[in-house]
Amino acid sequence: MFKWLEKNLPKIVMAPAVGLIGWFVYGFVLWTLYISFTNSKILPKYELWGVGQYVKLWGSRKWLIAVDNLLIFTALFLIFCVVIGIILAIFLDQKIRAEGVLRTIYLYPMALSFIVTGTAWKWILNPTLGIQKMFIDWGFQNFTFDWLVNREMAIYTIVIAGVWQSAGFVMALFLAGLRSVEDEIVKAAKIDGANLFTVYWKILLPMMRPVFFTSFVILVHISIKSYDLIVALTQGGPGISTTMPALYMTQTAFHKSQVGLSAASAMMMFMAVAAVIIPYLYSELRRENAR
Amino acid sequence: MKKMLIALIAFAFTSTSSFAGPKIEVLHWWTSGGEAAALKVLKDDFAANGGEWLDMPVTGGGGDAANVALKARIVAGDPPSASQIKGPTIQEYDQEGVVAPYNIDPIAQSEGWDSLLDPMIAAVHKCQNNSGPYCAAPVNIHRIDWMWANKAVFDANGISVPTSWDELNAAAEKLQAAGVIPFAHGGQAWQDATVFEAVAMGIGGNNYYKNCYVDLKETCLRSETTVKVFDQMRKLQGFTDEGSPGRDWNVATGMVIEGKAGFQIMGDWAKGEFTAAGKVPGVDYYCAPTPSNNGYLYNVDSFIFYKTSDPDKQEGQKLLAKLMMGKNFQKVFNLYKGSIPARLDVSMDEFDKCAKTSNSDIKTAGASGGLVPSFAHGMAQGNTMKAALQDVITEHFNSDMSSVDAANALADSVLDNM
Repeated sequence: MFKWLEKNLPKIVMAPAVGLIGWFVYGFVLWTLYISFTNSKILPKYELWGVGQYVKLWGSRKWLIAVDNLLIFTALFLIFCVVIGIILAIFLDQKIRAEGVLRTIYLYPMALSFIVTGTAWKWILNPTLGIQKMFIDWGFQNFTFDWLVNREMAIYTIVIAGVWQSAGFVMALFLAGLRSVEDEIVKAAKIDGANLFTVYWKILLPMMRPVFFTSFVILVHISIKSYDLIVALTQGGPGISTTMPALYMTQTAFHKSQVGLSAASAMMMFMAVAAVIIPYLYSELRRENAR
Repeated sequence: MKKMLIALIAFAFTSTSSFAGPKIEVLHWWTSGGEAAALKVLKDDFAANGGEWLDMPVTGGGGDAANVALKARIVAGDPPSASQIKGPTIQEYDQEGVVAPYNIDPIAQSEGWDSLLDPMIAAVHKCQNNSGPYCAAPVNIHRIDWMWANKAVFDANGISVPTSWDELNAAAEKLQAAGVIPFAHGGQAWQDATVFEAVAMGIGGNNYYKNCYVDLKETCLRSETTVKVFDQMRKLQGFTDEGSPGRDWNVATGMVIEGKAGFQIMGDWAKGEFTAAGKVPGVDYYCAPTPSNNGYLYNVDSFIFYKTSDPDKQEGQKLLAKLMMGKNFQKVFNLYKGSIPARLDVSMDEFDKCAKTSNSDIKTAGASGGLVPSFAHGMAQGNTMKAALQDVITEHFNSDMSSVDAANALADSVLDNM
């Protein structure tokens, strides 16, 4: 009896958590999938209706704008976060003074919610309150910086705010990665005559492959799910020019009373996240098994 | 000690179950300032009539959060007794089968709601496609097509209240030349649509408005008149300032109050901002209908009453419906809210000038066929169609889309969502 308990206790303890996750995560994913095949309007309905919602979704201008925006945002967010993160990490890696303070400063935005970031940047970028007004007040009468209210450029303001928030986090990942490299490797390279740039470019950064991979996965799924930043910064505007899939999904469900269509868009987002996460999990698990 | 404990427990149990009488659970988002004060009047009335009120306030997002909570309750099979739902959405919930068997209809009949309300507004509150029994009660009428103008700014530039859109454009150009922002506007989709419907009713006329935005006729949406409406929207956009996109409506009202801007086009809830700043209508600011041919765009807040099998709650629904349509609540609530009573026989003596104008205009408009439902505020169309119209309007207003393209996009968007 005691032995049985000892053997099975971990399973018993974990069972409720597994059950809850099974129901509230996978159960509701399946429920959403089902609803996306129904013609649900204001409330969920359960008669199957076929793939009509998906046809409607991909015929909707607003959804196509949202997908375009997602591609622009994800690409720029990823590139800028990683590049800025690496540069900051390399600078901090030079055993400089007050590193702890600087590290905290760079990492601090991560502690804020996207709502706070969005609101602050909304004020900073507003042409009548923020940067533009400041420069005009300083005497640069012709200075314009109206990206936030310009429908062609507004999506880039979301990139700015997103990068400001997340670059510090990428820096922390890379800094941890760089610190875990044995000193001997760097010393050996230097004895062989490599300069600092070569050491980083040819030796250390290639060793950071797993860190690249981790930041890629984390940043991509943040960007696919990004909702609060847009709500705070532009509310999808000017017009509908900065709509993103997550915003489209909530608006469709709760403002447009199109629950079925909204479920279809949720499934598209789910598949996009899955396309990123599943290969990652697969490679991670395989490596663990190989060990 | 032990006995006392038992007594206490027994008391605790009986006190929750012993109550018998009218009971109501109300889901609403009136939690701030005047709205909360007005609702308290209703709660006190309800308690004075021996009822028990279970409050279920859900704040956030101007009712968005409340709608999410409401849907969750309905899906779970336990709707609240009453909630804030308005316009065609009442019919949508009825079609889902969560409203029948219409508990409040006997009260509506015995109180004679048909004779107290304008027939058009009464129809909004009747289930089964606007002609069956009453299933919802109106609490107020908001007018949408208001222009709020700073009197000092208008006087300083020799401008009187415009009575046509051409006059309005001329006035705005004058203000622009004088270095004042003519048109205080918040560039959010619903605000763009609010201005659009006032322009559509004014430039197109009442019949055009009904054909296009109530009946959604394709030929009307693609017509020359729609192009003209979009042309006027483009002009108005030129009268806004750079900081307009994304601005909240009350910030825009603040610009008019402070004299930074000339006027705003917004529903009569804007009056609350003027009142709070200690401004008097006719002295410090003008409240005038936007130019139209005796038109009146209405937006009515209502409460819908869901089906319930609990007899106490059925009694509560009847009592609440009766009190909501009572003269006292209709008066007090609307004094706080800035709107006018839904029942037209309430004395307007205590109301201000703007509300009196609204009350007399609605009677004229009702008689002449100018009383039309606002689509931007969900009175003419359900949420799906409202959003379909709104998306195109806001896209046109915030881009360089041509008026012809916008009119066609409007028709296409409507057809896509039919």
